[in-house]
Amino acid sequence: MSREHDQGMSLIVKTITRLTVGLILLYGIYIISHGHVSPGGGFAGGVIVALSFVHLMLAYGKEAAFKKLSKQAASFFESAGAIIFLTIALLGFAGGYFFFNFLAKGEPFKLFSAGIIPLCNVAIGLKVGAGLFGIFVALVLLKFESEDKK
Amino acid sequence: MIELYILIIFMIVGAIIAIEVKDLLSSVVAVGAVGLALSIVFLILKAPDVAITQLVVEILCLIILIRATLRKDLPFSTTGRWFLNTAITVCFIAVFLFVSFKALKQLPPFGYPTMRVASVYLKEGLSVTGATNIVASVILDFRAYDTLGEATVLFTAVIGVLAIVRRVGRKKVGEIVREEDESRPS
Repeated sequence: MSREHDQGMSLIVKTITRLTVGLILLYGIYIISHGHVSPGGGFAGGVIVALSFVHLMLAYGKEAAFKKLSKQAASFFESAGAIIFLTIALLGFAGGYFFFNFLAKGEPFKLFSAGIIPLCNVAIGLKVGAGLFGIFVALVLLKFESEDKK
Repeated sequence: MIELYILIIFMIVGAIIAIEVKDLLSSVVAVGAVGLALSIVFLILKAPDVAITQLVVEILCLIILIRATLRKDLPFSTTGRWFLNTAITVCFIAVFLFVSFKALKQLPPFGYPTMRVASVYLKEGLSVTGATNIVASVILDFRAYDTLGEATVLFTAVIGVLAIVRRVGRKKVGEIVREEDESRPS
């Protein structure tokens, strides 16, 4: 991120961001939770959730974004998503084999259906969203020695 | 089918522009145009899941490229040894065209795969897993092991990036590292 944008962008961008960033986050959560009913899924929804925090960071500067989701929280969510996904897979051994769909199927086209698939989507969404936001933060804050001397 | 060819020609032209243009920002924008055209191609080929994923990943990559890594033009030199470079390039293009011509002739026609397991997924996916999105039932139930591998790859990539761009390997006892110092390689 260039130096003049450390404190965020202009007033127009900040106002538009304040109106849209919640809708973007909500749309990402919708894509994650309806991944088994309609197109989408954990990966795409997770990227949209990460994009909402990236949006916040670009418009308001890094302090405002870290107030909403700190780096520690991002790394915690990433590890938690991976562990939840693996735990769901291992719980399948209770029914017979790895990734066994041990929950009730429910009826089609309902939000609570398809057994473990929505849970896996939520875990992957957490992991992808937090992980990609972490990569973005790491690359944005990266400064080289030559730039310090200026 | 005609719109597919138009989009593919557009993507090839965009890729050539991305390579040939001198300004790095214009090059990144051309790469973004190629990615957006690819997501429309996925939509035309009736793959909305892949189209959504391609679109959002393309946007994120574009933001990272523009915002995080594109501070100044990197030193870049292609002078000298032009004959060797051109000869190697032509050689590889010839080999690649020959092999792909041989391989593409052996492919089954579009829509008639040799693997029959996909038709079982399509017929029994809804009744076996209960998910109305067949793609979700494949990637998270029938082939969930592949998804576990993909998740592991992403996890390893994130850990690798965070490990490479951090500031110090070890902190001294009682040393306090400020937030903006954290990812500065010294």
